[in-house]
Amino acid sequence: MTETTKNSTTPESPGTLAGIVARFETPETLITASRAVRDAGFRRWDAHSPMPVHGLDEAMGIRLTILPFIVLVAGLTGGAVGLLMQWYTNAVDYPQIISGKPLFSLPANIPVVFELVVLFSALTTFAGALLLSGLPQWFHGLFANRAFHRVTSDAFFISIDARDAKFHENEVRRLLESQGAVSIDSYYDPIKERQIPTLIYWAVAILVVLAPIPVLLIAWAREVPSSRPRLTLFMDMDVQPKYKAQNESPLFVDNREERPQVPGSVPRGRLDNDTKFVYGKEGDNWVRTFPESVPVNLETMQRGRERFTIYCAPCHGQSGDGDGLVSARASQRMEANWVPPVQLYATAVRFQPVGQLFGTISNGVRKMPAYGSQIPPADRWAIVLYLQALQRSQSGTVDDLPEEVRKKIAAH
Amino acid sequence: MSTLTLPLDDNTTNDPKHRAPLIAGDQSLETLTDVVSGIVEQPVVPRSWYVAFAVSSALAAMFFALIGYLIFTGVGVWGNNSPVFWAWDIVNFVFWVGIGHAGTLISAILLLFRQKWRTSINRFAEAMTIFAVICAGVYPGVHIGRVWFAYWLAPYPNHMTLWPNFRSPLLWDVFAVSTYFTVSLVFWYLGMIPDLATLRDRTQSPLRRALYGLFSVGWRGSARQWHRVERGSLILASLATGLVLSVHSVVSFDFAVSQVPGWHTTIFPPYFVAGAIFSGFAMVVTLMVPARAYFGLKDLITVRHLDNMNKIILATSCMVGYAYGVEVFIAWYSGVHYERFAFLNRAFGPYAPYYWTMVTCNVIVPHLFWFRKWRTTPALMVIVAVLVNVGMWMERFVIIGISLTRGHLPSSWRMYAPTWVDIGMFIGSFGLFMTLFLLFCRFLPMVAMAEVKTVLVHEESHAAQH
Ligand code: HEC
Repeated sequence: MTETTKNSTTPESPGTLAGIVARFETPETLITASRAVRDAGFRRWDAHSPMPVHGLDEAMGIRLTILPFIVLVAGLTGGAVGLLMQWYTNAVDYPQIISGKPLFSLPANIPVVFELVVLFSALTTFAGALLLSGLPQWFHGLFANRAFHRVTSDAFFISIDARDAKFHENEVRRLLESQGAVSIDSYYDPIKERQIPTLIYWAVAILVVLAPIPVLLIAWAREVPSSRPRLTLFMDMDVQPKYKAQNESPLFVDNREERPQVPGSVPRGRLDNDTKFVYGKEGDNWVRTFPESVPVNLETMQRGRERFTIYCAPCHGQSGDGDGLVSARASQRMEANWVPPVQLYATAVRFQPVGQLFGTISNGVRKMPAYGSQIPPADRWAIVLYLQALQRSQSGTVDDLPEEVRKKIAAH
Repeated sequence: MSTLTLPLDDNTTNDPKHRAPLIAGDQSLETLTDVVSGIVEQPVVPRSWYVAFAVSSALAAMFFALIGYLIFTGVGVWGNNSPVFWAWDIVNFVFWVGIGHAGTLISAILLLFRQKWRTSINRFAEAMTIFAVICAGVYPGVHIGRVWFAYWLAPYPNHMTLWPNFRSPLLWDVFAVSTYFTVSLVFWYLGMIPDLATLRDRTQSPLRRALYGLFSVGWRGSARQWHRVERGSLILASLATGLVLSVHSVVSFDFAVSQVPGWHTTIFPPYFVAGAIFSGFAMVVTLMVPARAYFGLKDLITVRHLDNMNKIILATSCMVGYAYGVEVFIAWYSGVHYERFAFLNRAFGPYAPYYWTMVTCNVIVPHLFWFRKWRTTPALMVIVAVLVNVGMWMERFVIIGISLTRGHLPSSWRMYAPTWVDIGMFIGSFGLFMTLFLLFCRFLPMVAMAEVKTVLVHEESHAAQH
C-alpha cells in the first residue's frame, strides 16, 4: 500500500467529518473492494467511476431500479390523455364533420396518442433517472476533495458515509487499505460559504412571485370590459387602416372619425324643399292627398305592389293579414318579444291619411322599424298607393263589382 | 489480403481472428479525457474558429432579419403562389427534419443493437439532430402567415371555443416534431451529464465551473447514479427508436393523406424514413470529416467509423432508389391518368433537371461506395456526401414543388420560382445550423467520453485475454 492515513491531504478548513473516500487503481480492484465493503455490512456507501463498470452493480448489491415501472405508468397516462383529449375536443365539445371522417376513430387518433406516450415516458425517464439517483445535488462533501475530481476522468473510488451505523474511522480506513486502496482521505460536509449566496435565493424567490403578474394582467384585460379601444399589436383583418363609423380620430378637434354635416349645406340629390313629398306633411298635419309629383296610375300601383312584396310582405303577409314568413316563424317559436304586425286593413289603419301611412314607412311605428333609409320617397308613395288598394280589397261589397259580374252572381 | 500491408492506424479490415480496435492510437482513460476536454479548454481559441463563427452567425442574423421582413410584410415575399402553396418553406422543413434522423438512429437504434462503434460519434450526431430540428421548426412556424397566432396550433381552451382538428396530418406533425425535439434534447442532455461533470472537475475558471457545475447537476459518477442513468438511456433509446421511424412517417402523411397526384401514395412513410436516414448520415459524414481532422479526434473517430456510416449511406441509397422505382411503377400500374402524368411531368416536364439531378445524386453516385477506396478516403467520401445532400434537397422539391405546379385541374397550373427571400432564408438556415454547431464544438464535449471509455476498457480487457 502506498500513501497511508498519515500523509493524506488535509482540507483547508475541515467541518464535520462526512466520510472516507479511497482511490483504487483499476475497475477490477474496485469491484473486489466493493464486494468486501458490502460484506462488511455497510449500507451508506458508494463506488465511483468515470464510466459504468460492468459487474459493479452486482458486487455492490444494487437492486434493479423501479424506473421502468414508473415510465410504464407515465406512458399509459400519456396515451390515455391523448385519447381522452382527442375524444373530448373533437367528438364532444367541438364536433365538426371534416371530409366525412368519423368524429372519433382510432386510426386518425393513433399518431397523437403515440407521440404523447413517447413524450410522457421520455420526460418521466429523464426526471426519474435523475431524481432516483439523488440528483440534482449541487453541494456534496466529496467535491471539496481535490483528488476526487479525477473520478470523472480516470480514477475509481469508494466512499463510505460517516452516518453509516457501522462507521468507525479507523476500521474503515483499515478495511479499505486491506482492499488495495491507493490513497485514503477524509471528506467533510460542504462549508456554508461554499453554498449558493442567499442573494440568489432571494432573487429567484422574487422572480417567482413577480412572474405571474404579466400573465394575470393579460387575463384581466381580456375579461374586463373597457371604454377604450383595445390595443392591437398586429394588424389583423379586423383592424384596417380606413375611416369607419363610431371610431376615434386624432385628426379632428372632436376626435371623431365621422364628420357631421356642415350647417347650411345640402348633399347632392337631397334638397327637401317639397315637404309634402319628402315628409308626407304640411305644417304639422299629415297630408290627405298624394303629392303632385306622384302620378296616381296603374304603373305606380304596380311598382308599389312589387316594393310591398319585397319590403312589407315578410312581416305583414301578401294580403296584409299579418301572417308573413317572419311573423309566422316568430309565433311558431313563441318568441316572447314578438309583437304581431297590425292587420293593414284594420279600421284604425284604413282611415289614416296617406301622409300618415307614408310616415309609418319612413319612420317606423312602435315595434315596427323605419324603412326610410332603404326605400326612396317615390317608392314609399307607390307602396302607400298599393296599400290603399289592398285595404279597399278587404272591405269591398258586391256593389263594387262590375255590372256583368254582379249579374252572373245574381243568376246563381 | 494481408493486414500487414495496411498502415498501422487502419482499422477497417475484418480479420476474423482479431477484432479490429474501435479506438486507434495508444489511448488511455486519461489521454482520452485530455483529448476531448482539451478541445473546449484551449486557452487561446484559434482564429479560424472565430472566422467560421463570424461567417455563420452573420448568415444566421440574415436568417432572422429575413424572418422579420417576412412577418412585417407577409408571406407574399416568398415565391409561393396558387396552387404552389407549399414551396421552399416546406421543402426546407422536410430537408432539415430529415437531416436530424441520423443522430437519433445512431444514438437509439444502434444502442439497442449494441453497436459499440456508435459511442464515438453519437454525441456529435445527436447535436446535429437537435440543431437540424431547430432549423426545421422555424419554417412551418413562419409559413402559417400570422406568426403571432402560432399558439393556435396547441390544443388549449380559448375564447373562440374552438379546438384543433386532430384528424388532420398537419396537427399530427405538430405533435411529432415537437415530441421529437423534446425527446432528442432530453436524451442528449442525460447522456452528457457525466461529461459535463468531467469539464466541471477540470476547469480552472470559476465561471465555467459554476456553469458546468449547474448543468452537471452534481454528478459524482456513483454506481447508483450510473445504474439509473444507464437504465434511463436504454429506455430513452427504445422510445427514440419509435421516433426514428415515426417522425418522418408523420411528415410524409402531410402529403400522402392528401389527394394531390404524386403525393397520394402508401409507400411514402418507409420511403421518407429511408431518405431521412440517408440524408442524415450524409450530413454527419460531411461535417465529421473536417471536424475530426480539425479537432484532432482521428484516434476516436476512426476511418472505421466513417466506413460504417458510408455503408449505411450505400444501403439507404439502394432503398431510396427502390422507392423511386416503385413510385413510377405504381403510377403506371394504377392506370390512373393523373398519377401517370405526375410522374411523366417530373421526369420530362419543365422541372426535369431537378428530377435527374435527384436521380444522379441519390441513386447513381452513392454506388461509388461499393469501392473500398471511396469509403475510406475522407476527401472522396465528402464529395459523395455533399452530392447526396444536394440530391435529397432536390428530392423534396421534386415531391412537393413539382407535384403542386400541375395538379388535377390544368386551368390552375402555374410555374413556381423562388424569390431572393426564399434563397436567403435557405442559406441563412445553414448559418443558424453552423452557428449552433460551432458553439457546441467550443463549449460542450464533442465525444461522449464516458461511453467511449467503456469501449476502451472493454477492448483493453479483451486484449489482455489474448
Ligand atoms: C319586421 C316586420 C315588419 C315589416 C317588414 C313591416 N312592418 Fe309594418 N308593422 C310591423 C309591426 C310589428 C307592426 C305593429 C307595431 C306595433 O303594434 O307595435 C306594424 C305596423 C304597421 C302599420 C300600422 C301602423 C299603425 O299606425 O298602427 C302599418 C301601416 C305598417 N306596419 C305598414 C308597413 C309597410 C307599408 C311596410 C313595408 C314598407 C311594413 N309595414 C313593413 C312589422 C313590420
